[in-house]
Amino acid sequence: MPDADARAAAGAAAPLTAAQVDAGTQRAVEAFLYRQAEILDDGRWDDWLALFTPDGRYWMPARADQAQGDGVPNIFWEDLDLMRVRIRRNTHPHAWSQSPPNRLSHVVSNVVIESVAANGDLTVRSKFHCSEYLRYEVRHFAGKYRHELVKDGDGEGAYRIRLQRVDLLNAEGPFDYVIQWWL
Amino acid sequence: MRNGDRDISRLVEPDRVHRLCYTDPDIFEQEMERIHESLWVYVGHKSQVKEPGDYYTAQIGRQPMIMVRGKDGEVRVFYNRCPHRGAMLCSDRSGNAGHRFRCSYHAWMYNFDGTIASIPATSGYDGTRMNLAEGDAGLKPAARVDDYRGFYFASLSPDGPDLDTFLGGAKLTFDQLVDRAPDGDVEVVGDCFRMIQKSNWKIFLENQLDVSHPSATHESTGVAAGQVEREMEKRDGRKAPLSYSFISAFKTPIEDWVKFDTVGHPYGHCFLAGYMGLRPQDPDTVEYETLLKQAHGEEKGEAILSTDLHHVLVYPSLSVQPPLQQLRAIRPLGVDRTLTEIWHFRLKGAPEAIYRRALDYYYLVNSPSTMVNADDLHNFWKCHQGLSTEGGDWVSLHRNYGSDSERDGVLYSAPGTMSEMPLRHMMQAWAGYMGAGNGAGGR
Repeated sequence: MPDADARAAAGAAAPLTAAQVDAGTQRAVEAFLYRQAEILDDGRWDDWLALFTPDGRYWMPARADQAQGDGVPNIFWEDLDLMRVRIRRNTHPHAWSQSPPNRLSHVVSNVVIESVAANGDLTVRSKFHCSEYLRYEVRHFAGKYRHELVKDGDGEGAYRIRLQRVDLLNAEGPFDYVIQWWL
Repeated sequence: MRNGDRDISRLVEPDRVHRLCYTDPDIFEQEMERIHESLWVYVGHKSQVKEPGDYYTAQIGRQPMIMVRGKDGEVRVFYNRCPHRGAMLCSDRSGNAGHRFRCSYHAWMYNFDGTIASIPATSGYDGTRMNLAEGDAGLKPAARVDDYRGFYFASLSPDGPDLDTFLGGAKLTFDQLVDRAPDGDVEVVGDCFRMIQKSNWKIFLENQLDVSHPSATHESTGVAAGQVEREMEKRDGRKAPLSYSFISAFKTPIEDWVKFDTVGHPYGHCFLAGYMGLRPQDPDTVEYETLLKQAHGEEKGEAILSTDLHHVLVYPSLSVQPPLQQLRAIRPLGVDRTLTEIWHFRLKGAPEAIYRRALDYYYLVNSPSTMVNADDLHNFWKCHQGLSTEGGDWVSLHRNYGSDSERDGVLYSAPGTMSEMPLRHMMQAWAGYMGAGNGAGGR
């Protein structure tokens, strides 16, 4: 599939121009994304769950051209309940694959606001790079995020995630070992 | 101990196996030649190549192959190599080749039956040994290709039993996969997941029928899923989705795993009965069972549904879970690296809820983010590490040795045990294929 079609399937619209986004919103959104990356890298799992709305979802499609997550194979397709299972499983003393525990390090950049609704909800695209320290070796993941954020209060960075789409550069694999935590 | 029939026969004993079977690179080359490049190996399902020109690549042993559907509707399997200068023909994993294969290097063209279609310049070959009219200018086919109910296998050797004989009792695997569809047909769902294990391919096969591992290996997942399951039921006042029970079942204590009987068929195939009957009496299941019985009749429908088959190994290339429509194909990449292609099938004519239930299993157990295989793959890696050392030569397969029974060439584990019979059986078959000449395997 041509890349343009894949972009269309991913629902990527033309971003707003710099003039259409006020600097405060841009800063607040960036702060939110940085905070999410830090929570993941630090393994603060209660804080992680609090990033999402009660019906929030983390989605990593299995293909670049996938238009929806519901009812099709995905790499990740998790609501808060499944996230709770993952947290408890990975932190259980007998989660053998966490011996030694893996570690993540994220860089998030290229933050582009796609749309802002009248109520402050917005859609934002960004790029990430994540290095994982796993069994004394480092492996790398790269890709793009698309966050559907709900405005939650007035403080800076006060958003919650309704849907986070994570397109891994190598979504179709093959995968050298399992992805145990969200990227 | 390296290579040769004399040594192989010393590596496999009835109740234990030498570590070199898993770690020796020369033995790996030999088993690629004598097992994966000789026996019937799974290539793919008919629904992967629906239209003429559709192709899918698959590795058989060390050989890269192409499965393609011809304009005559036939599915054929060729080596993925242009006969001209040897370039790989298809570099995409799958696609549609249009009217014919075209080599990217010099535009030599091949029909989907493997014959040469054209070359850009035919001059210059008079008086040479290159005869474009003869078969040797075409694509090299797999020695034998056959299917059972739409599941295609290839053998790269002209010798050996036909597919029907080779599968024997293991044909039930595919009958179960297909007959569970009210419309009598299945199709692949999307592309497969592809996962790499840093271990020998036999370690994966053995694990699939090793019922003493789940409660130990997957304890963390079973406990976590069970806790959240209970919280959800308390919070929502109704049962958690059935999919949670797929993984909370892993907290089943080890003494309860004895009820899952195992069967060893000729040629190394093995069955694990029980574990997930998957016949709860919820409205979705009732609707599905009614549809299936309408399609097949009450008696046959009931026979299909009550076949209690959790896991099947079709030696040496498949691990299949028919009640959940999952199929894993094993592609050894090296002595310590194994690729699995993990496929999910849709039962045509089944209610959406039944599809989604199996899709949940596919996600939880077999996706690249699996919370289940995460620990399996970790343990396989640790096994391969340990077996690569001189800390000990032998792998124990002793559990319930001496209590297996045989009827009509089929082996049965002692009921109510966690017998390691399937592991012994597979290694006896392996030794037979490898030419150890002990008469136990390769029947």
